[in-house]
Amino acid sequence: MVRCVILALFLSLSCTKPSLAEGFSLEEIAPGVFAHQGQTALMNGGNIGDIANLGAIVGDDAVAVIDTGGSLIEGRQFLAALQQKAAKPIRYVINTHAHPDHIFGNGAFVAPDVTFVGHRNLPRALAARGQFYLESFRAAMGEALDGVTIVAPTLTVDETMTLDMGGRKIVLTAWRTSHSDCDLTVLDQRTGTLFAGDLLFLQHVPVVDGSLLGFLDVAEQLAKIPATRVVPGHGPMVAPWPKALDDERAYLTRLTSDLRAAIKKGDNVADAARVAGQSERGGWRLFDDYNGRNATAGFAELEWDAP
Amino acid sequence: MTKSCSRRGPGVAAFLVCLGFWSVAVAQTPAPPDPWPDLARDLFQSRPMAMDEAVALEAPTRAEDAAIVPMTLHLKAAGLRQATLVIDQNPMPMAAAFTFGENAGVTFMSTRVRVNSYTNVHVVEETGDGALHAQVKFVKAAGGCSAPAVKNLDEAAAHLGQMKYREFKSVEAGRREAQIMIRHPNNSGMQMDQLTHLYIPAHYIDKVEVRQGGDLIFSMEGGISLSEDPNFRFSYAPNGAKTITVEAHDTKGNVFKQEWPIGEAS
Repeated sequence: MVRCVILALFLSLSCTKPSLAEGFSLEEIAPGVFAHQGQTALMNGGNIGDIANLGAIVGDDAVAVIDTGGSLIEGRQFLAALQQKAAKPIRYVINTHAHPDHIFGNGAFVAPDVTFVGHRNLPRALAARGQFYLESFRAAMGEALDGVTIVAPTLTVDETMTLDMGGRKIVLTAWRTSHSDCDLTVLDQRTGTLFAGDLLFLQHVPVVDGSLLGFLDVAEQLAKIPATRVVPGHGPMVAPWPKALDDERAYLTRLTSDLRAAIKKGDNVADAARVAGQSERGGWRLFDDYNGRNATAGFAELEWDAP
Repeated sequence: MTKSCSRRGPGVAAFLVCLGFWSVAVAQTPAPPDPWPDLARDLFQSRPMAMDEAVALEAPTRAEDAAIVPMTLHLKAAGLRQATLVIDQNPMPMAAAFTFGENAGVTFMSTRVRVNSYTNVHVVEETGDGALHAQVKFVKAAGGCSAPAVKNLDEAAAHLGQMKYREFKSVEAGRREAQIMIRHPNNSGMQMDQLTHLYIPAHYIDKVEVRQGGDLIFSMEGGISLSEDPNFRFSYAPNGAKTITVEAHDTKGNVFKQEWPIGEAS
């Protein structure tokens, strides 16, 4: 049996490597900047967790990977596709935050010369949530979850950090609690391409897993970043900047004002969560999967501000 | 490549056989057993419970946010003394045990809990004569990246023990409605750090007492199933007292106290 497993693993690795990359889209959206578009869906076995946008920036000496996907399988596909497009070694794997669809592929990139990079709070978030994510996603992902491990960053960003890929500098910025408590953005200065992680949702309804007010504030700060295009965490692969922020800001503003009105009126959280933000329903996908949650957490946050 | 691929057939077949064994093993994993009989024994000494209308539980069929699931206990029995909220499948199922003052007149209690997985939620009400009344509801866990963890750990630590009091117009005659909020991460201690394999230490509110003047409205003994920033909204029968006082204790020995004037309108 052991021999059969080893033989099978050897054969599957040696045979399937080219086909790993084949089904995986990875486009050059600007010179030396690559992006992959995830599906707008919830993670499941059928989509192997491939629901988030991923990216890579290639310098003269090295490559930086931005997020790794929602399973080890997807991470390996991404790695294989990237190796076909870029001959340089991967030096950094940057995680934009702690959510499973962005980090479950990390294991595919673990190698002696690869440094994992994240927000100063990312190790803490992975410690608090990693085990729960591994357990709770088994039901939806089935065997597609096999082999997923939690890989934490060894290089963390307090505020900003510049990494050099060889003739190409990228700027990492750690933000206050907003979408989550460990959001990081990556700006490629040469092409003005911003990887916003889940600080930017397009088409996919924004998800608030940190602070509603923080998210609104950070969205305003983000708009000042001198970029020309953005890769959102979810939605189209690339979008114009900063116009891409408009829909998200409209949603977060509406949700906040609805919740504030409900709290002022004395509504309870369950009633408020059923109606807040509903006028935005038509503009977003997966609205019913996340709006109630955003409203529930937003209510609990905003009621501390009430008189 | 061609050479190794020519051997692909038998290799893949062997691989599938191995997978097959694995799948069978997974399929045979039994569903989690119903923990309620053990919980009823441990928490209520297996005393008989009437599943009747003397108590009702308002809970969502699907938890929107695993960390903040609103629950309302409607307490209708005369001679109400205690009410216990149990999240059967949580690591620490006893979420909150409320004890009510003799003439407190509490008719409902809303709070917020964490829900780890698909679970039954029980509310058990005890009256002065020792009779138990119970209701149960099934709650589906939240999907996606929703975790029963603290959302903003920096914020939680910075404001530890801060409290807020709100009053609302009561729809019931002879009752007032109030809300007590306490800033606290209510860290569960059940999360294992995947990197160090150490458990993050628990730190949570384990006792709260709320009084009007000197009279007890309710006290609560709670655990890690209560959401961060424990929150209680309830009705009570006013006794004419001018102030509401709250005393809360946590598992690190911190004591948080606060007092507010009771408003004139009810």
